Amino acid sequence: MYSVRLWSVRHARGLNSFYRGFERALTALHPLFKRIGYQRLERPVAALEHSVKGLLFDCRMCGQCILSSTGMSCPMNCPKSLRNGPCGGVRANGNCEVKPDMKCVWNLAVDGSHRIPGGTEALSHVQLPVDRRLTGKSSWLRVARERAGESA
Amino acid sequence: MIFEDEPVPGYPLPILPGHTSPGRLERVLRARQFAVTTEMAPPDSADPEEVYHRARIFDGYVDAINATDGSGANCHMSSVAVCALLTRVGYAPVMQISCRDKNRIAIQGDILGGAAMGVCNILCLTGDGVQAGDHPQALPVFDLDSMTLLETARTMRDEHRFLSGRKLTYSPRVLLGAAENPFTHPTQWRADRLAKKVAAGAQFIQTQYCYDVPLFKAFMRRVEDLGLFEKVFILVGVGPLRSAKTAEWMRTHVPGLHIPDAVIARLKGAADAAREGRNLCVDLIQELRSVPGVSGVHVMAYRQEDSVPEIIDRSGVLGGRVPWYPGRDPQRNSNRLAS
Repeated sequence: MYSVRLWSVRHARGLNSFYRGFERALTALHPLFKRIGYQRLERPVAALEHSVKGLLFDCRMCGQCILSSTGMSCPMNCPKSLRNGPCGGVRANGNCEVKPDMKCVWNLAVDGSHRIPGGTEALSHVQLPVDRRLTGKSSWLRVARERAGESA
Repeated sequence: MIFEDEPVPGYPLPILPGHTSPGRLERVLRARQFAVTTEMAPPDSADPEEVYHRARIFDGYVDAINATDGSGANCHMSSVAVCALLTRVGYAPVMQISCRDKNRIAIQGDILGGAAMGVCNILCLTGDGVQAGDHPQALPVFDLDSMTLLETARTMRDEHRFLSGRKLTYSPRVLLGAAENPFTHPTQWRADRLAKKVAAGAQFIQTQYCYDVPLFKAFMRRVEDLGLFEKVFILVGVGPLRSAKTAEWMRTHVPGLHIPDAVIARLKGAADAAREGRNLCVDLIQELRSVPGVSGVHVMAYRQEDSVPEIIDRSGVLGGRVPWYPGRDPQRNSNRLAS
């Protein structure tokens, strides 16, 4: 939801620290996930992730979440799905070129990044092209696996 | 400027140490000459003569011609095809690649093909959204963005491989460029975005139309603070406005374009608005020329291409230099026909 998405950017700091803790918990749960089977968990966890992140960020389930690097403003809501910064078409009122009634997600991202420790530094990292095979997959499970040192 | 080692047209120059391309634009920029580039509107036609006709207008006044890639999301002859025609007779095009219409497989193919035809400069763009053009019902691709496109091209050039890792037998020797708009939101992050583009591989930048010099200077100070003056050549976008009405229309309809009220007032007050628009463009070029860190101008005169030679001439930025064009040095090039 658009208004919740704006709220999330305003509360980027709190959400980011919550996520840091959540990420540690996910990593700790890796042995359990492994015992149940990542494949078996994929569908229910992806559905849960979609509903939670869908509500908070209008998440599009790209499967390679970078919210912590984009001030808690999901870049996949950009109609050009830009993951490395705004385009040159941002309107004078700060709204999107393609969707005139929506604030530019990158304008919000820059705003949100100031609220996250190291957020502006994270903005400057060049993000890799999206791996379209991961669309719809759970980013949480991938993180748990990767943090535990296994390739996803 | 004649380079001692300049071969017949269409043939690449030797790549000098520290250069990445065999192109004349890179030579001019690295020799710290004030560079002039312009933009050609590709024809809605399959007649090659229309491309040559449009290119000839700029003969002797520009160092490179941008071949746009469906700019404004409107359908025209492709930038790859325009570049094929231009390089055939020795022009130095800047091949624009937009991420809107092609995925990473097509784009990498075009980079190889372009370089094989003699394209020495590539401008990596995100591209306008499809809603802006004449086919709003089209699928917007945006598989890559301008940043990942730059990195892809650089990977191909410097690491001799595709994104997939597969080896190239001969890498594309190109100068990589990108666009920047210093005049829109988030203004405080625009210079940082430029830094990111440089980190991703941009060696030159062509900016959006500049009509607000103070705002541009503030942007350039930040660019200098980030230590980018030594890493990237910045060509400022300029262009003549035909009338106050056109300016107002552009300001409302062209995404990201910023035209201050004072500019519109100046055009409104003039007896011959089109002439005043050209005067303003000359004034801007002369003012921008002295801004630290500016390496040249990119003149965009959509539907006023005829005015480009006059504007460049009056601005005096070439300082007597005549950029190469087919037929400039007849005695040197008599051994090659335009083919």
